[in-house]
Amino acid sequence: MPDLKTLVLGQKEAADLDDEHELPHELMTVNMGPSHPAMHGTVRIVLSVDGERIVKGDIQPGYLHRCFEKEAEHATYTQVFPYTDRLNYVSPMINNVGWAMAVEKLLGLTGELPRRAEYVRVIVSEVSRITDHLTCVGASAMELGAFGPFLFFLKAREWLYTLLEEVSGARLTHTYVRVGGVSKDLPDGWVAKLLHRLDELAPVMVEVETLLNNNKIFRDRMAGIGAFTREEALRWGCTGPVARACGIDYDVRKDHPYSVYPDFEFDVPVGTTGDCYDRYLVRIEEIKQSMRILRQACAQLPDGPTMVDDPRVALPPKRDAYNTIESMIRHFKHIVDGVRVPAGEAYCFVEGGNGELGFFIVADGTGRPYKAYCRSPSFVHLSTCQQLILGHLIADVVPIFGMINMIGGECDK
Amino acid sequence: MLELVTTKLEDVANWGRKFSLFSYPFVTACCGMEFMSVAAPKYDIARFGAEFPRFSPRQSDLLMIVGTITEKQGPALKRVYDQMAEPKWVIAFGVCASTGGFYQNYHAMPGADQVIPVDVYIPGCPPRPEQVLDALILLQERVARRDGHSQLRLKREKIVLEQARAREDD
Amino acid sequence: MSQKVLDALRAKFGDAVVATESQHGDEVALVKRDKLVAIATWLRDDPAMAFEVPVFVTCIDLLDWRPVKAPGQPSSTRPAWDNVDGKAPRFEVCWQLRSFSRRHRLRLKVALVENDLKVASLTPLWSGFDWQERETFDMYGVEFQGHPDLRRIYLYDEFVGHPLRKDYPKEKRQPLVRRSDLVGDH
Repeated sequence: MPDLKTLVLGQKEAADLDDEHELPHELMTVNMGPSHPAMHGTVRIVLSVDGERIVKGDIQPGYLHRCFEKEAEHATYTQVFPYTDRLNYVSPMINNVGWAMAVEKLLGLTGELPRRAEYVRVIVSEVSRITDHLTCVGASAMELGAFGPFLFFLKAREWLYTLLEEVSGARLTHTYVRVGGVSKDLPDGWVAKLLHRLDELAPVMVEVETLLNNNKIFRDRMAGIGAFTREEALRWGCTGPVARACGIDYDVRKDHPYSVYPDFEFDVPVGTTGDCYDRYLVRIEEIKQSMRILRQACAQLPDGPTMVDDPRVALPPKRDAYNTIESMIRHFKHIVDGVRVPAGEAYCFVEGGNGELGFFIVADGTGRPYKAYCRSPSFVHLSTCQQLILGHLIADVVPIFGMINMIGGECDK
Repeated sequence: MLELVTTKLEDVANWGRKFSLFSYPFVTACCGMEFMSVAAPKYDIARFGAEFPRFSPRQSDLLMIVGTITEKQGPALKRVYDQMAEPKWVIAFGVCASTGGFYQNYHAMPGADQVIPVDVYIPGCPPRPEQVLDALILLQERVARRDGHSQLRLKREKIVLEQARAREDD
Repeated sequence: MSQKVLDALRAKFGDAVVATESQHGDEVALVKRDKLVAIATWLRDDPAMAFEVPVFVTCIDLLDWRPVKAPGQPSSTRPAWDNVDGKAPRFEVCWQLRSFSRRHRLRLKVALVENDLKVASLTPLWSGFDWQERETFDMYGVEFQGHPDLRRIYLYDEFVGHPLRKDYPKEKRQPLVRRSDLVGDH
């Protein structure tokens, strides 16, 4: 029984058609970026495509290289905090905490902080983590055509920004944490406001999950796209939600506990398939776990100072600085020379919004870092994309990038 | 008489332009988070008729430079600007796009105006959404007054052309 | 914490490990350049070591390294290379490794002198070091031999020099494009 093509076209024409199919064809080169609407931040991809399939993708970051390391070498340890804010600008508080902890490690202050300071750090970090995941999921959903979740999540993010603004004075770039504690205590009644907002956030999560989880279009574009095996993820150095979606239960908060995280009960969500849909589910679940940590932290929040009582890192009280010459000189030296950190080197890491965020500092005994290096999870994850996008359609680049959550400032430093 | 008619016509066109700015968000960095907030429900840039981001430079008339411009990014920015049709307006969103801010180093450009002309600079790192809306109102006034950089340039070129023609007539 | 990693490393490779130290809970091993790949392969494949995860690569420029003793602080404990082939080293390349199954970490270091900035790439062992080594090449000019695709990653090809070296001025820009009325050929 001849097939349909042969019946319709006749024997000869059908053979010609098959010949045509086997003609050698050229790959097409498509340029994506650096200013592309569906790219978080700016990154350029030079794609070689065979029809719609990606054969090779050359990802070129660096369009937002703002020289964090060079700037940090020229700033005092305290002046670096604003630069860390702008690394992962979606969750600045976690960057602040990471930098502060790295300097404290060199100073030998790890574990010496007042408990209230540690709790406040955990609270602001977790609020930041929620904003990070809200932005990531909201923006990715928008890029796939679901505008509703974006608006819902941005509304919720606005509540959290307002809360963080009350704490630090800035909506986005907080510079709230200091070496040895935090710059100021939480305002009165803030904890009650936070709990109120968490209660309001829960129904928003339900709304968005109802909209997305079983949405046919959303699932078709996410499930099975950009999958990673467990071994590949380890070899590429993936951490955070990307690694957890592959089934690697690595969370710095659990595996190398820092601050007061051992005090809280929370789960580390892991996926099974390692594709974009699992990454989405892991992020959604992490928001809920962060809310759980926040509720516990608010309930257990101890009283006390929020700055370690150590003249090396703490500013003298304002009253003394204005009234005694010694305190004024100390204040001046502290600001101009910076915190004097003993010579040595240390690598300190925290669980950032995207994974293991580390700072590697080489100190030479002065008030400025000799070298400061940031191990940014986005950079590591973006490098895996060269592998992830192979064999997928051009349209699949968008969900892959969305769920890798490449943050320009962090990736390009 | 003809001059009066064309002037009035342009005023009408400018009135229309100022309430229907199609923006091209050239989002590079942190300020993009605040740009999202400006577009989102609470601040809602739609109230000022500039809600619709056009991700194609050829269809937009307002270039919003949102975030740090680096030396590597410069050629791309210039290209996007050149692709936009006249008349066009440019807003530098945030201190990085205005002057480079506290990024004064080998790779961060000291302000987008090193590459393209800018109409309105918004300070702040990042600016609050209210500031952005304020800048938009400021720009709308300039559009209505025909004070945008491309409008002024067109005016200047017209004058130069007329002077050249007058010299030829002599 | 993982002192036993350093002990095992010394026992296995002896002279190839120049020095080891534990500081602030970080384990550091300074190794000889020509033994780097052998040591790294062993670290990855030995079941007791099992360093499967690459963490980061960076480099330290020792050009201005003159540590100061901070008041009330002990003096530097950072190990210094006396010399490499009779010369004072200028760069130290660091690879940070992590073991997911064994929960320990290690930083490998190799010292390089200024005129001979060549070191074996560890990308064939851990694919995650691909971009990290490119970044180090971009910023410091260290040439990783055996790297599949060694070119600039953050900066553009026209850029001359390596900006994170201590002798590169912070504000020395190399513009690609400027407005014609600013350049002056208007």
